[in-house]
Amino acid sequence: MAAGHGGPAGYTVTELALLTDRQPDLRLPRLLAGISYYDVAGLRDHEQQYGPLPLWGTSGRRRPGRLIDVVDASGLTGRGGAGFPTGRKMRSVASGPGAAVVVANGAEGEPASCKDRLLLTRLPHLVLDGITLAAHAVGAREAYLCLHGQETELLDALDEALAQRSRAGLDPVPIQLTGIPGRYVASEQSSIVQYLNGGPAKPTFSPPRPHQRGVHGRPTLVNNVETLAHLALIARFGDRWFRGIGPPSAPGSTLVTVSGAVRRPGVYEIEMGTPAGQVVTLAGGAAERPAALLVGGYFGAWLPAGAAWPVPMSHAALKAAGGAMGAGMVIVLPVSSCGLAETARVVRYLADENAGQCGPCMFGLPALADAMADLAYQGGRGRVLERVASLAGLVAGRGACRHPDGAVQLVRSALRAFESDARWHDHRGPCPGVARAPLLPVPGDADWDWA
Amino acid sequence: MNYELRVNPIACDGHGMCAELLPEIIELDPWGYPILVSTSVPRSLLDHAKRAAAACPTLALLVNKAR
Repeated sequence: MAAGHGGPAGYTVTELALLTDRQPDLRLPRLLAGISYYDVAGLRDHEQQYGPLPLWGTSGRRRPGRLIDVVDASGLTGRGGAGFPTGRKMRSVASGPGAAVVVANGAEGEPASCKDRLLLTRLPHLVLDGITLAAHAVGAREAYLCLHGQETELLDALDEALAQRSRAGLDPVPIQLTGIPGRYVASEQSSIVQYLNGGPAKPTFSPPRPHQRGVHGRPTLVNNVETLAHLALIARFGDRWFRGIGPPSAPGSTLVTVSGAVRRPGVYEIEMGTPAGQVVTLAGGAAERPAALLVGGYFGAWLPAGAAWPVPMSHAALKAAGGAMGAGMVIVLPVSSCGLAETARVVRYLADENAGQCGPCMFGLPALADAMADLAYQGGRGRVLERVASLAGLVAGRGACRHPDGAVQLVRSALRAFESDARWHDHRGPCPGVARAPLLPVPGDADWDWA
Repeated sequence: MNYELRVNPIACDGHGMCAELLPEIIELDPWGYPILVSTSVPRSLLDHAKRAAAACPTLALLVNKAR
């Protein structure tokens, strides 16, 4: 889409500013309205596109708590995977004892997702606006933006963007840029909090949860960077504007990363509730006959293509269909691939990425990965399926974080979505699909430490 | 007053004392870590549960008042 002066849906910037209180009929794109193919949106481009950072004061209609009311009324939910109502989270942090802390989570741990990276690289000021607005709303005196420490180029670029903003006097609470270890569970919110407190980037036992006692013992708001970008638009255009698209139960738009056997893989902004099949069409359609969709990434679930096609992309609808929305990944598996082999590789990766803290995860996940590998690449004696199912039952729900549960959900969904293939593998051996090149991205051996 | 049982899985090192002292509620998995058959503690077992919690070398077994 062309960037420039035209605002979303054809409104010019001046009209946008004038219409702010009248909730213009803005459809899509919203977050991505200011993206350019060629360049990073600088502070000036950003302000031209979305209007200036709305100044929220200390009293009246612009008092800090008022923004929380607006976010509450907008129905915005977290875009990092859990889908928790953002307004409610902000309220509990704001009402906690003492000054709060805001943490923006831009450490995208899911190998198949790159929406957060897109926002941070191309539209950094949308995210930074969101952090500043959230900090003001919950009364924070510290704010952090966390991303993976190996993203040195991105860290440098954000450093520059922050310097530009500080010259313009935009962020009254300075935003501290922090690189965290690039491990899968390091971006779990309690991991980030423990890391910012000087410990290893590993999940902690809860309660207390970060919103109760987080960074430096203070009530801490941890939000995904896309959630904060939405917040930046809600603060400008209001809750009614936000609810102008998407079903009432899951309003607004969301970013999705579409990959696998599609013609145009990439990040797309969709209306919440868009059927999964339509999301595939948006990405150029399936490149081969699809067998199944993996929705929600490695904490998500496989759904057979036919069943998945009409399912609306929302937490409630996907959950009802036996899936999960996660952070909005959609991966198309073609019929020529083997879903069990793909799952086995991912479960091995997840097992390798366990934090080494909880026994059931430390020992159970590698055992589950072994069993899945047997099912995918050996099988043939009719006993592996049972082993996979019993190990899944042993691991589920027994960690301090949801890492083992995510792996189990993925395995169980694979056994359902590829049920007949699983029986074939178990009784006769591998199907021809195991010979195909791997489809799901699995990072190489992480040489990044935990601290 | 109802009591509930929890394991802090990070603190737990799988010593297995709890399963010895409270076999009615705690079993061990193949790697020696506790599986809680139920999280609520019946009145009749409360003393045993408290003893098991106190005996855990890493204090990973928690007996709390249910909310």
